Amino acid sequence: MKKSNGYYKKKLKKIPVTVLMLVLCVIFLSPFLVMVTTSLKTNADAFQLPVKLWPRKVIWDNYPEAMEQIPFLLYFRNTIIITVFSVAGQLISTPLIAYSLAKIKWRGATLISSLIMGTMMIPYTVTMIPLYRIWNNLGLTNTYLPLIVPMFCGSPFYIIIMRQFFTGLPNSLMEAAKIDGASEFRRYVSLALPLSKPALTTVGIQSFIAAWSDYLAPLIYINKTDKLTLSLGLQQFLGTFSTDWTHLMAAATLFVIPVIIFFLIFQKNFVEGISTSGLKA
Amino acid sequence: MEKKMANRKKQYSRRDNINGFLFALPWIIGFTCFSIIPLLTSLYYSFTEFNPVKDPVWVGLDNFRYILKDPLVIKSLKNTLFMAFVSTPVNLFIALLLATLLNRSFKGRGIARTIFFMPSIIPMIAATMVWIWMFDPTYGYINRVLGMLGITGPSWLMNPAYTKWALVLMGTWCTGTTMLICLAALQDVPKSYYEAAEIDGANAVQRFVKITLPCVAPVLVYQAILNIINAFQYFTQVYVIINASSGGGSSNAGGGPANSILMYPLYLFNTAFSYMKMGRASAMAWILFVVVSVMTFLMIKVTKKFSQNGAGDE
Repeated sequence: MKKSNGYYKKKLKKIPVTVLMLVLCVIFLSPFLVMVTTSLKTNADAFQLPVKLWPRKVIWDNYPEAMEQIPFLLYFRNTIIITVFSVAGQLISTPLIAYSLAKIKWRGATLISSLIMGTMMIPYTVTMIPLYRIWNNLGLTNTYLPLIVPMFCGSPFYIIIMRQFFTGLPNSLMEAAKIDGASEFRRYVSLALPLSKPALTTVGIQSFIAAWSDYLAPLIYINKTDKLTLSLGLQQFLGTFSTDWTHLMAAATLFVIPVIIFFLIFQKNFVEGISTSGLKA
Repeated sequence: MEKKMANRKKQYSRRDNINGFLFALPWIIGFTCFSIIPLLTSLYYSFTEFNPVKDPVWVGLDNFRYILKDPLVIKSLKNTLFMAFVSTPVNLFIALLLATLLNRSFKGRGIARTIFFMPSIIPMIAATMVWIWMFDPTYGYINRVLGMLGITGPSWLMNPAYTKWALVLMGTWCTGTTMLICLAALQDVPKSYYEAAEIDGANAVQRFVKITLPCVAPVLVYQAILNIINAFQYFTQVYVIINASSGGGSSNAGGGPANSILMYPLYLFNTAFSYMKMGRASAMAWILFVVVSVMTFLMIKVTKKFSQNGAGDE
Protein backbone atom coordinates (compact mmCIF):
# COMPACT_ATOMS: atom_id res chain seq x y z
CA MET A 1 0.00 0.00 0.00
CA LYS A 2 2.71 2.38 1.03
CA LYS A 3 4.57 1.83 -2.20
CA SER A 4 1.62 2.61 -4.45
CA ASN A 5 0.91 5.72 -2.41
CA GLY A 6 4.37 7.01 -3.15
CA TYR A 7 3.94 6.10 -6.77
CA TYR A 8 0.79 8.20 -7.07
CA LYS A 9 2.41 11.03 -5.16
CA LYS A 10 5.21 11.07 -7.69
CA LYS A 11 2.72 11.05 -10.55
CA LEU A 12 0.76 13.91 -8.96
CA LYS A 13 3.93 15.91 -8.52
CA LYS A 14 4.60 15.59 -12.24
CA ILE A 15 1.26 17.08 -13.26
CA PRO A 16 2.18 20.79 -12.97
CA VAL A 17 5.34 20.25 -15.03
CA THR A 18 3.44 18.32 -17.67
CA VAL A 19 0.77 21.02 -17.86
CA LEU A 20 3.43 23.73 -18.15
CA MET A 21 5.08 21.74 -20.90
CA LEU A 22 1.83 21.37 -22.84
CA VAL A 23 1.00 25.06 -22.48
CA LEU A 24 4.46 26.01 -23.73
CA CYS A 25 4.14 23.63 -26.68
CA VAL A 26 0.82 25.20 -27.64
CA ILE A 27 2.27 28.70 -27.33
CA PHE A 28 5.28 27.85 -29.47
CA LEU A 29 3.10 26.18 -32.09
CA SER A 30 0.46 28.90 -32.22
CA PRO A 31 2.19 31.23 -34.73
CA PHE A 32 2.42 28.30 -37.16
CA LEU A 33 -1.26 27.53 -36.56
CA VAL A 34 -2.20 31.17 -37.06
CA MET A 35 -0.26 31.27 -40.32
CA VAL A 36 -1.89 28.16 -41.75
CA THR A 37 -5.44 28.81 -40.50
CA THR A 38 -5.39 32.41 -41.73
CA SER A 39 -4.33 31.16 -45.15
CA LEU A 40 -7.48 28.99 -45.22
CA LYS A 41 -9.87 31.85 -44.44
CA THR A 42 -11.80 34.18 -46.65
CA ASN A 43 -10.85 37.81 -46.26
CA ALA A 44 -14.20 38.55 -44.59
CA ASP A 45 -13.62 35.70 -42.17
CA ALA A 46 -10.17 36.99 -41.17
CA PHE A 47 -11.65 40.39 -40.38
CA GLN A 48 -14.73 39.21 -38.52
CA LEU A 49 -15.19 39.56 -34.79
CA PRO A 50 -14.89 37.68 -32.54
CA VAL A 51 -11.54 36.42 -33.82
CA LYS A 52 -11.60 32.67 -34.26
CA LEU A 53 -8.57 30.51 -34.80
CA TRP A 54 -10.32 27.95 -36.98
CA PRO A 55 -11.78 29.24 -40.29
CA ARG A 56 -15.55 29.53 -40.27
CA LYS A 57 -15.34 27.98 -43.71
CA VAL A 58 -12.14 26.35 -45.00
CA ILE A 59 -11.15 27.55 -48.46
CA TRP A 60 -8.04 26.72 -50.49
CA ASP A 61 -8.44 29.48 -53.08
CA ASN A 62 -5.91 31.73 -51.35
CA TYR A 63 -3.06 29.51 -52.49
CA PRO A 64 -3.57 29.65 -56.27
CA GLU A 65 -4.63 33.30 -55.95
CA ALA A 66 -1.54 34.25 -53.97
CA MET A 67 0.63 32.58 -56.61
CA GLU A 68 -0.94 34.83 -59.22
CA GLN A 69 -0.93 38.06 -57.24
CA ILE A 70 2.85 38.05 -57.14
CA PRO A 71 4.96 36.25 -59.76
CA PHE A 72 5.39 33.43 -57.24
CA LEU A 73 6.86 30.81 -59.55
CA LEU A 74 9.39 33.28 -60.94
CA TYR A 75 10.52 34.26 -57.44
CA PHE A 76 10.54 30.61 -56.47
CA ARG A 77 12.85 29.87 -59.38
CA ASN A 78 15.11 32.84 -58.51
CA THR A 79 15.34 31.71 -54.91
CA ILE A 80 16.16 28.15 -55.98
CA ILE A 81 18.94 29.35 -58.31
CA ILE A 82 20.54 31.38 -55.50
CA THR A 83 20.09 28.57 -52.98
CA VAL A 84 21.53 25.84 -55.21
CA PHE A 85 24.65 27.84 -56.01
CA SER A 86 25.09 28.97 -52.41
CA VAL A 87 24.87 25.43 -51.06
CA ALA A 88 27.18 24.14 -53.79
CA GLY A 89 29.66 26.90 -52.98
CA GLN A 90 29.69 26.07 -49.29
CA LEU A 91 29.96 22.34 -49.93
CA ILE A 92 32.91 22.80 -52.26
CA SER A 93 34.85 25.38 -50.25
CA THR A 94 34.26 24.65 -46.56
CA PRO A 95 35.62 21.08 -46.47
CA LEU A 96 38.70 22.15 -48.44
CA ILE A 97 39.45 24.94 -45.98
CA ALA A 98 38.61 22.85 -42.94
CA TYR A 99 40.85 20.03 -44.20
CA SER A 100 43.73 22.44 -44.57
CA LEU A 101 43.27 23.54 -40.95
CA ALA A 102 42.68 20.13 -39.42
CA LYS A 103 44.77 17.67 -41.39
CA ILE A 104 47.65 19.53 -43.01
CA LYS A 105 50.48 20.69 -40.75
CA TRP A 106 51.41 23.98 -42.33
CA ARG A 107 52.59 27.37 -41.25
CA GLY A 108 49.36 29.33 -41.74
CA ALA A 109 46.91 26.94 -40.06
CA THR A 110 46.88 28.52 -36.59
CA LEU A 111 46.78 32.07 -37.91
CA ILE A 112 43.87 31.31 -40.24
CA SER A 113 41.97 29.52 -37.48
CA SER A 114 42.07 32.59 -35.26
CA LEU A 115 41.31 34.93 -38.17
CA ILE A 116 38.19 32.87 -38.93
CA MET A 117 36.99 33.39 -35.38
CA GLY A 118 37.73 37.08 -35.83
CA THR A 119 35.74 37.47 -39.04
CA MET A 120 32.70 35.96 -37.31
CA MET A 121 32.56 39.10 -35.21
CA ILE A 122 32.63 41.63 -38.06
CA PRO A 123 29.10 43.08 -38.27
CA TYR A 124 27.58 42.79 -41.73
CA THR A 125 26.79 46.50 -41.69
CA VAL A 126 30.50 47.36 -41.66
CA THR A 127 31.39 45.59 -44.90
CA MET A 128 27.99 46.23 -46.48
CA ILE A 129 28.66 49.68 -47.94
CA PRO A 130 32.09 49.05 -49.53
CA LEU A 131 30.86 45.73 -50.93
CA TYR A 132 27.81 47.43 -52.38
CA ARG A 133 30.01 50.05 -54.00
CA ILE A 134 32.35 47.42 -55.48
CA TRP A 135 29.53 45.35 -56.97
CA ASN A 136 27.74 48.49 -58.12
CA ASN A 137 30.87 49.83 -59.86
CA LEU A 138 31.30 46.45 -61.54
CA GLY A 139 27.72 46.79 -62.80
CA LEU A 140 26.76 43.53 -61.09
CA THR A 141 23.92 44.66 -58.85
CA ASN A 142 20.64 43.07 -59.91
CA THR A 143 22.56 39.91 -60.70
CA TYR A 144 22.95 37.03 -58.27
CA LEU A 145 26.74 37.14 -58.25
CA PRO A 146 27.01 39.35 -55.10
CA LEU A 147 24.89 36.76 -53.29
CA ILE A 148 26.59 33.65 -54.64
CA VAL A 149 30.31 34.40 -55.05
CA PRO A 150 31.05 34.93 -51.32
CA MET A 151 29.56 31.48 -50.63
CA PHE A 152 32.41 29.89 -52.58
CA CYS A 153 34.85 31.25 -50.01
CA GLY A 154 33.39 29.38 -47.04
CA SER A 155 31.52 30.75 -44.03
CA PRO A 156 33.26 30.73 -40.61
CA PHE A 157 30.51 28.82 -38.85
CA TYR A 158 30.52 25.96 -41.36
CA ILE A 159 34.32 25.82 -41.50
CA ILE A 160 34.38 25.34 -37.73
CA ILE A 161 31.86 22.49 -37.93
CA MET A 162 33.86 20.76 -40.67
CA ARG A 163 37.19 21.34 -38.95
CA GLN A 164 35.93 19.72 -35.77
CA PHE A 165 34.78 16.74 -37.77
CA PHE A 166 38.06 16.34 -39.65
CA THR A 167 40.06 16.65 -36.45
CA GLY A 168 38.15 13.61 -35.17
CA LEU A 169 39.14 11.45 -38.15
CA PRO A 170 42.00 9.06 -37.27
CA ASN A 171 45.38 10.18 -38.58
CA SER A 172 46.55 6.60 -39.03
CA LEU A 173 44.28 6.21 -42.04
CA MET A 174 45.75 9.26 -43.73
CA GLU A 175 49.28 8.16 -42.90
CA ALA A 176 48.69 4.78 -44.47
CA ALA A 177 47.47 6.39 -47.68
CA LYS A 178 50.44 8.74 -47.60
CA ILE A 179 52.84 5.83 -47.44
CA ASP A 180 51.04 4.30 -50.40
CA GLY A 181 51.98 7.43 -52.30
CA ALA A 182 48.58 9.10 -52.50
CA SER A 183 48.79 12.86 -52.93
CA GLU A 184 47.19 15.25 -50.45
CA PHE A 185 44.31 16.02 -52.79
CA ARG A 186 43.87 12.32 -53.51
CA ARG A 187 43.64 11.58 -49.80
CA TYR A 188 41.17 14.40 -49.37
CA VAL A 189 38.88 13.27 -52.17
CA SER A 190 38.98 9.52 -51.66
CA LEU A 191 39.38 9.30 -47.88
CA ALA A 192 38.35 12.40 -45.98
CA LEU A 193 35.34 13.45 -48.03
CA PRO A 194 33.53 10.10 -48.15
CA LEU A 195 33.95 9.77 -44.38
CA SER A 196 32.54 13.20 -43.65
CA LYS A 197 29.03 12.76 -45.02
CA PRO A 198 27.33 13.63 -41.68
CA ALA A 199 29.24 16.91 -41.38
CA LEU A 200 28.66 17.73 -45.04
CA THR A 201 24.94 17.14 -44.52
CA THR A 202 24.97 19.56 -41.60
CA VAL A 203 26.71 22.24 -43.64
CA GLY A 204 24.44 21.58 -46.62
CA ILE A 205 21.20 21.87 -44.70
CA GLN A 206 22.28 24.92 -42.73
CA SER A 207 23.50 26.77 -45.79
CA PHE A 208 20.30 25.81 -47.60
CA ILE A 209 18.15 27.39 -44.92
CA ALA A 210 20.41 30.44 -44.69
CA ALA A 211 20.31 31.08 -48.44
CA TRP A 212 16.58 30.37 -48.71
CA SER A 213 15.75 32.80 -45.91
CA ASP A 214 18.32 35.50 -46.64
CA TYR A 215 16.76 38.93 -46.61
CA LEU A 216 19.34 41.66 -46.09
CA ALA A 217 21.70 40.75 -48.96
CA PRO A 218 18.96 40.47 -51.60
CA LEU A 219 17.45 43.68 -50.21
CA ILE A 220 20.70 45.50 -50.89
CA TYR A 221 21.62 44.05 -54.26
CA ILE A 222 18.33 43.20 -55.96
CA ASN A 223 15.65 45.73 -56.80
CA LYS A 224 14.43 44.74 -60.26
CA THR A 225 10.94 43.29 -59.93
CA ASP A 226 11.65 40.22 -62.05
CA LYS A 227 14.85 39.39 -60.16
CA LEU A 228 13.43 39.37 -56.64
CA THR A 229 13.62 36.42 -54.30
CA LEU A 230 10.67 34.99 -52.39
CA SER A 231 11.74 36.66 -49.15
CA LEU A 232 11.59 40.05 -50.89
CA GLY A 233 8.52 39.19 -52.96
CA LEU A 234 6.41 38.44 -49.88
CA GLN A 235 6.54 42.14 -49.11
CA GLN A 236 4.39 42.91 -52.12
CA PHE A 237 1.36 41.79 -50.13
CA LEU A 238 1.88 44.64 -47.71
CA GLY A 239 -0.42 47.39 -48.91
CA THR A 240 -0.35 51.06 -48.12
CA PHE A 241 -3.73 51.08 -46.39
CA SER A 242 -4.46 47.47 -45.63
CA THR A 243 -2.56 44.25 -45.97
CA ASP A 244 -4.00 41.25 -47.74
CA TRP A 245 -3.34 38.92 -44.82
CA THR A 246 -5.08 35.78 -46.10
CA HIS A 247 -3.08 35.71 -49.32
CA LEU A 248 0.10 36.79 -47.57
CA MET A 249 -0.21 33.90 -45.11
CA ALA A 250 -0.82 31.47 -47.98
CA ALA A 251 2.35 32.66 -49.71
CA ALA A 252 4.27 32.62 -46.42
CA THR A 253 3.17 29.04 -45.79
CA LEU A 254 4.40 27.99 -49.23
CA PHE A 255 7.68 29.82 -48.53
CA VAL A 256 8.19 28.17 -45.15
CA ILE A 257 7.18 24.59 -46.01
CA PRO A 258 10.43 23.56 -47.79
CA VAL A 259 12.45 24.80 -44.80
CA ILE A 260 10.33 22.82 -42.34
CA ILE A 261 10.47 19.66 -44.45
CA PHE A 262 14.26 19.83 -44.78
CA PHE A 263 14.59 20.59 -41.09
CA LEU A 264 12.43 17.65 -40.04
CA ILE A 265 14.33 15.25 -42.29
CA PHE A 266 17.79 16.40 -41.18
CA GLN A 267 16.95 17.48 -37.65
CA LYS A 268 19.59 15.30 -36.06
CA ASN A 269 22.45 16.78 -38.07
CA PHE A 270 21.13 20.23 -37.46
CA VAL A 271 20.86 19.91 -33.70
CA GLU A 272 24.27 18.26 -33.38
CA GLY A 273 25.91 20.98 -35.47
CA ILE A 274 24.55 23.69 -33.19
CA SER A 275 25.28 21.92 -29.93
CA THR A 276 28.89 21.07 -30.76
CA SER A 277 29.91 24.33 -32.39
CA GLY A 278 28.02 26.36 -29.78
CA LEU A 279 29.72 24.74 -26.83
CA LYS A 280 33.21 24.63 -28.19
CA ALA A 281 33.47 27.81 -30.22
CA MET B 1 61.22 30.11 -27.07
CA GLU B 2 63.56 30.38 -30.05
CA LYS B 3 64.32 26.73 -29.88
CA LYS B 4 60.63 25.97 -29.89
CA MET B 5 60.15 28.15 -32.94
CA ALA B 6 63.00 26.41 -34.70
CA ASN B 7 61.53 23.05 -33.85
CA ARG B 8 58.19 24.13 -35.17
CA LYS B 9 59.63 25.40 -38.40
CA LYS B 10 61.28 22.08 -38.99
CA GLN B 11 57.94 20.32 -38.65
CA TYR B 12 56.49 22.04 -41.68
CA SER B 13 57.59 20.47 -44.90
CA ARG B 14 57.64 22.62 -48.00
CA ARG B 15 55.05 20.44 -49.65
CA ASP B 16 52.70 20.69 -46.67
CA ASN B 17 53.02 24.44 -46.71
CA ILE B 18 52.10 24.59 -50.38
CA ASN B 19 49.24 22.11 -49.99
CA GLY B 20 47.86 23.84 -46.91
CA PHE B 21 47.94 27.17 -48.67
CA LEU B 22 46.24 25.82 -51.78
CA PHE B 23 43.49 24.10 -49.77
CA ALA B 24 42.83 27.26 -47.79
CA LEU B 25 43.01 29.49 -50.87
CA PRO B 26 39.22 29.98 -51.26
CA TRP B 27 39.08 31.33 -47.74
CA ILE B 28 42.17 33.50 -48.18
CA ILE B 29 40.65 35.07 -51.31
CA GLY B 30 37.30 35.53 -49.58
CA PHE B 31 38.88 36.99 -46.48
CA THR B 32 40.84 39.49 -48.55
CA CYS B 33 38.02 40.52 -50.88
CA PHE B 34 34.97 40.29 -48.65
CA SER B 35 36.37 41.06 -45.19
CA ILE B 36 39.67 42.86 -44.92
CA ILE B 37 39.50 45.16 -47.97
CA PRO B 38 35.88 46.26 -47.28
CA LEU B 39 36.70 46.71 -43.61
CA LEU B 40 39.59 49.07 -44.35
CA THR B 41 37.76 50.82 -47.19
CA SER B 42 34.89 51.39 -44.79
CA LEU B 43 37.29 53.12 -42.39
CA TYR B 44 38.47 55.40 -45.20
CA TYR B 45 34.86 56.06 -46.29
CA SER B 46 33.96 57.16 -42.78
CA PHE B 47 36.07 60.29 -43.36
CA THR B 48 34.41 61.01 -46.72
CA GLU B 49 31.00 61.69 -48.17
CA PHE B 50 29.66 59.92 -51.25
CA ASN B 51 26.72 58.15 -52.84
CA PRO B 52 26.29 55.65 -55.70
CA VAL B 53 26.66 58.40 -58.30
CA LYS B 54 29.20 60.61 -56.53
CA ASP B 55 32.79 59.58 -55.72
CA PRO B 56 34.09 59.92 -52.14
CA VAL B 57 35.16 63.43 -51.07
CA TRP B 58 37.32 63.83 -47.96
CA VAL B 59 35.42 65.60 -45.18
CA GLY B 60 37.65 64.84 -42.20
CA LEU B 61 35.83 64.30 -38.93
CA ASP B 62 32.56 65.89 -40.10
CA ASN B 63 30.67 62.59 -40.14
CA PHE B 64 31.63 61.75 -36.58
CA ARG B 65 30.76 65.26 -35.39
CA TYR B 66 27.36 65.02 -37.04
CA ILE B 67 26.69 61.55 -35.61
CA LEU B 68 27.50 62.58 -32.04
CA LYS B 69 25.02 65.46 -32.31
CA ASP B 70 22.26 63.60 -34.17
CA PRO B 71 19.34 62.99 -31.79
CA LEU B 72 18.22 60.04 -33.90
CA VAL B 73 21.56 58.31 -33.38
CA ILE B 74 21.11 58.68 -29.63
CA LYS B 75 17.52 57.46 -29.93
CA SER B 76 18.53 54.43 -32.02
CA LEU B 77 21.34 53.63 -29.57
CA LYS B 78 18.89 53.72 -26.67
CA ASN B 79 16.51 51.41 -28.52
CA THR B 80 19.35 49.04 -29.34
CA LEU B 81 20.57 49.01 -25.74
CA PHE B 82 17.02 48.20 -24.64
CA MET B 83 17.03 45.15 -26.88
CA ALA B 84 20.51 44.18 -25.69
CA PHE B 85 19.83 44.42 -21.98
CA VAL B 86 16.11 43.64 -21.68
CA SER B 87 15.64 41.10 -24.44
CA THR B 88 18.81 39.16 -23.62
CA PRO B 89 17.99 38.21 -20.01
CA VAL B 90 14.41 37.38 -21.00
CA ASN B 91 15.64 35.15 -23.82
CA LEU B 92 18.18 33.43 -21.59
CA PHE B 93 15.55 32.81 -18.93
CA ILE B 94 13.16 31.25 -21.45
CA ALA B 95 15.93 29.24 -23.08
CA LEU B 96 17.13 27.88 -19.75
CA LEU B 97 13.58 27.14 -18.64
CA LEU B 98 12.84 25.20 -21.82
CA ALA B 99 16.18 23.39 -21.63
CA THR B 100 15.57 22.42 -17.99
CA LEU B 101 12.12 21.10 -18.87
CA LEU B 102 13.60 19.09 -21.73
CA ASN B 103 16.47 17.74 -19.63
CA ARG B 104 14.35 14.92 -18.19
CA SER B 105 13.17 11.75 -19.80
CA PHE B 106 9.48 11.76 -20.61
CA LYS B 107 7.21 10.70 -23.44
CA GLY B 108 7.27 13.11 -26.34
CA ARG B 109 10.56 14.74 -25.39
CA GLY B 110 11.82 14.71 -28.96
CA ILE B 111 8.61 16.27 -30.25
CA ALA B 112 8.71 19.01 -27.61
CA ARG B 113 12.32 19.81 -28.50
CA THR B 114 11.38 20.06 -32.17
CA ILE B 115 8.46 22.36 -31.35
CA PHE B 116 10.63 24.68 -29.25
CA PHE B 117 13.46 24.77 -31.74
CA MET B 118 11.55 25.03 -35.02
CA PRO B 119 10.77 28.77 -34.80
CA SER B 120 14.51 29.46 -34.96
CA ILE B 121 14.84 28.05 -38.47
CA ILE B 122 11.79 29.79 -39.92
CA PRO B 123 12.80 32.56 -42.35
CA MET B 124 12.83 35.77 -40.34
CA ILE B 125 10.67 37.60 -42.84
CA ALA B 126 7.87 35.03 -42.70
CA ALA B 127 8.01 34.81 -38.90
CA THR B 128 7.88 38.59 -38.56
CA MET B 129 4.87 38.85 -40.83
CA VAL B 130 2.96 36.24 -38.85
CA TRP B 131 3.74 38.15 -35.65
CA ILE B 132 2.63 41.46 -37.15
CA TRP B 133 -0.70 39.81 -37.92
CA MET B 134 -0.93 38.32 -34.43
CA PHE B 135 -0.14 41.72 -32.89
CA ASP B 136 -3.03 43.37 -34.75
CA PRO B 137 -4.95 45.17 -31.99
CA THR B 138 -8.43 44.26 -33.28
CA TYR B 139 -8.07 41.10 -35.34
CA GLY B 140 -4.89 39.67 -33.84
CA TYR B 141 -4.78 36.52 -31.74
CA ILE B 142 -2.67 37.92 -28.94
CA ASN B 143 -5.22 40.50 -27.90
CA ARG B 144 -7.97 37.94 -28.45
CA VAL B 145 -6.33 35.58 -25.95
CA LEU B 146 -5.67 38.47 -23.56
CA GLY B 147 -9.31 39.47 -23.94
CA MET B 148 -10.44 35.99 -22.96
CA LEU B 149 -8.33 36.42 -19.81
CA GLY B 150 -10.09 39.72 -19.15
CA ILE B 151 -7.18 41.94 -20.19
CA THR B 152 -7.56 44.68 -22.76
CA GLY B 153 -4.49 44.27 -24.94
CA PRO B 154 -2.56 47.33 -26.14
CA SER B 155 -2.17 48.25 -29.79
CA TRP B 156 1.23 46.59 -29.76
CA LEU B 157 3.00 47.83 -32.84
CA MET B 158 1.38 51.26 -32.94
CA ASN B 159 1.86 52.43 -29.39
CA PRO B 160 5.47 53.56 -28.78
CA ALA B 161 5.21 52.37 -25.18
CA TYR B 162 4.66 48.77 -26.31
CA THR B 163 6.54 48.38 -29.60
CA LYS B 164 9.80 47.25 -28.03
CA TRP B 165 8.00 44.86 -25.68
CA ALA B 166 6.37 43.34 -28.74
CA LEU B 167 9.87 42.76 -30.13
CA VAL B 168 10.97 41.18 -26.85
CA LEU B 169 7.97 38.83 -26.96
CA MET B 170 8.73 37.96 -30.56
CA GLY B 171 12.34 37.26 -29.62
CA THR B 172 11.42 34.69 -26.99
CA TRP B 173 9.81 32.62 -29.73
CA CYS B 174 13.13 32.35 -31.59
CA THR B 175 15.36 31.40 -28.69
CA GLY B 176 15.76 27.80 -29.89
CA THR B 177 19.47 27.94 -30.65
CA THR B 178 20.30 29.21 -27.17
CA MET B 179 17.99 26.56 -25.76
CA LEU B 180 19.81 23.77 -27.59
CA ILE B 181 23.17 24.98 -26.35
CA CYS B 182 21.82 25.26 -22.78
CA LEU B 183 20.43 21.75 -23.11
CA ALA B 184 23.80 20.41 -24.24
CA ALA B 185 25.43 22.18 -21.28
CA LEU B 186 22.87 20.73 -18.86
CA GLN B 187 23.56 17.25 -20.16
CA ASP B 188 27.26 17.75 -19.50
CA VAL B 189 26.64 18.26 -15.75
CA PRO B 190 27.86 15.03 -14.07
CA LYS B 191 24.95 12.95 -12.75
CA SER B 192 26.96 12.06 -9.62
CA TYR B 193 26.65 15.67 -8.38
CA TYR B 194 22.88 15.36 -8.27
CA GLU B 195 22.97 11.95 -6.65
CA ALA B 196 25.26 13.23 -3.92
CA ALA B 197 23.01 16.25 -3.34
CA GLU B 198 19.92 14.09 -3.16
CA ILE B 199 21.54 11.93 -0.50
CA ASP B 200 22.33 15.11 1.42
CA GLY B 201 18.63 16.00 1.23
CA ALA B 202 18.82 18.99 -1.12
CA ASN B 203 15.48 19.82 -2.78
CA ALA B 204 14.98 20.55 -6.47
CA VAL B 205 15.39 24.32 -6.13
CA GLN B 206 18.56 23.96 -4.05
CA ARG B 207 19.96 21.49 -6.55
CA PHE B 208 19.24 23.88 -9.39
CA VAL B 209 20.83 26.89 -7.69
CA LYS B 210 23.83 25.11 -6.16
CA ILE B 211 24.69 22.60 -8.87
CA THR B 212 23.05 23.34 -12.21
CA LEU B 213 23.56 27.09 -12.34
CA PRO B 214 27.29 27.12 -11.50
CA CYS B 215 27.91 24.31 -14.00
CA VAL B 216 26.17 26.03 -16.90
CA ALA B 217 27.27 29.56 -15.94
CA PRO B 218 30.15 29.76 -18.48
CA VAL B 219 27.79 28.76 -21.30
CA LEU B 220 25.15 31.23 -20.08
CA VAL B 221 27.63 34.09 -19.95
CA TYR B 222 28.88 33.25 -23.43
CA GLN B 223 25.33 33.10 -24.76
CA ALA B 224 24.43 36.35 -23.00
CA ILE B 225 27.24 38.24 -24.65
CA LEU B 226 26.47 36.61 -28.00
CA ASN B 227 22.84 37.74 -27.61
CA ILE B 228 23.97 41.27 -26.81
CA ILE B 229 26.23 41.35 -29.86
CA ASN B 230 23.33 40.10 -31.97
CA ALA B 231 21.14 42.87 -30.57
CA PHE B 232 23.56 45.33 -32.14
CA GLN B 233 22.77 43.72 -35.50
CA TYR B 234 18.98 43.72 -35.04
CA PHE B 235 17.59 44.66 -38.41
CA THR B 236 15.22 42.47 -40.43
CA GLN B 237 12.38 42.36 -37.92
CA VAL B 238 12.11 46.12 -37.44
CA TYR B 239 12.64 46.82 -41.12
CA VAL B 240 9.73 44.54 -42.02
CA ILE B 241 7.47 45.84 -39.25
CA ILE B 242 8.01 49.43 -40.27
CA ASN B 243 7.55 48.58 -43.95
CA ALA B 244 4.34 46.74 -43.16
CA SER B 245 2.83 49.76 -41.46
CA SER B 246 3.95 52.24 -44.11
CA GLY B 247 3.12 50.10 -47.13
CA GLY B 248 5.58 47.84 -48.89
CA GLY B 249 6.57 50.24 -51.65
CA SER B 250 8.14 52.90 -49.47
CA SER B 251 11.91 53.17 -49.87
CA ASN B 252 12.34 55.02 -46.60
CA ALA B 253 11.64 52.69 -43.73
CA GLY B 254 11.63 55.42 -41.06
CA GLY B 255 11.72 54.39 -37.43
CA GLY B 256 8.25 53.21 -36.46
CA PRO B 257 5.86 55.03 -34.10
CA ALA B 258 7.80 57.94 -32.54
CA ASN B 259 10.99 56.22 -33.74
CA SER B 260 10.47 53.73 -30.93
CA ILE B 261 11.88 50.80 -32.90
CA LEU B 262 14.53 52.70 -34.82
CA MET B 263 17.45 50.35 -34.16
CA TYR B 264 21.02 51.43 -34.78
CA PRO B 265 21.60 49.08 -37.75
CA LEU B 266 18.28 50.19 -39.26
CA TYR B 267 19.21 53.85 -38.95
CA LEU B 268 22.56 52.99 -40.51
CA PHE B 269 20.83 51.22 -43.40
CA ASN B 270 18.44 54.14 -43.92
CA THR B 271 21.34 56.61 -43.84
CA ALA B 272 23.17 54.64 -46.52
CA PHE B 273 20.40 53.50 -48.83
CA SER B 274 17.52 55.96 -48.26
CA TYR B 275 19.27 59.24 -47.44
CA MET B 276 22.24 58.21 -49.63
CA LYS B 277 24.77 59.44 -47.06
CA MET B 278 27.15 56.53 -47.48
CA GLY B 279 30.13 58.21 -45.84
CA ARG B 280 28.16 59.01 -42.72
CA ALA B 281 26.76 55.47 -42.69
CA SER B 282 30.32 54.11 -42.88
CA ALA B 283 31.27 56.20 -39.87
CA MET B 284 28.27 54.78 -38.00
CA ALA B 285 29.33 51.29 -39.06
CA TRP B 286 32.83 51.78 -37.69
CA ILE B 287 31.50 52.97 -34.36
CA LEU B 288 29.40 49.81 -34.27
CA PHE B 289 32.42 47.73 -35.22
CA VAL B 290 34.49 49.16 -32.36
CA VAL B 291 31.68 48.53 -29.86
CA VAL B 292 31.20 44.95 -31.04
CA SER B 293 34.96 44.31 -31.00
CA VAL B 294 35.26 45.54 -27.43
CA MET B 295 32.38 43.31 -26.39
CA THR B 296 33.86 40.33 -28.19
CA PHE B 297 37.14 40.91 -26.38
CA LEU B 298 35.24 41.06 -23.08
CA MET B 299 33.41 37.88 -24.00
CA ILE B 300 36.65 35.99 -24.55
CA LYS B 301 38.13 37.35 -21.29
CA VAL B 302 35.04 36.57 -19.21
CA THR B 303 34.52 33.13 -20.69
CA LYS B 304 38.15 32.26 -19.99
CA LYS B 305 37.85 33.48 -16.42
CA PHE B 306 34.67 31.49 -15.89
CA SER B 307 36.05 28.28 -17.30
CA GLN B 308 39.19 28.69 -15.16
CA ASN B 309 37.03 29.19 -12.08
CA GLY B 310 34.99 26.15 -13.03
CA ALA B 311 38.15 24.09 -13.36
CA GLY B 312 39.35 25.37 -9.98
CA ASP B 313 36.18 24.24 -8.26
CA GLU B 314 36.47 20.67 -9.39
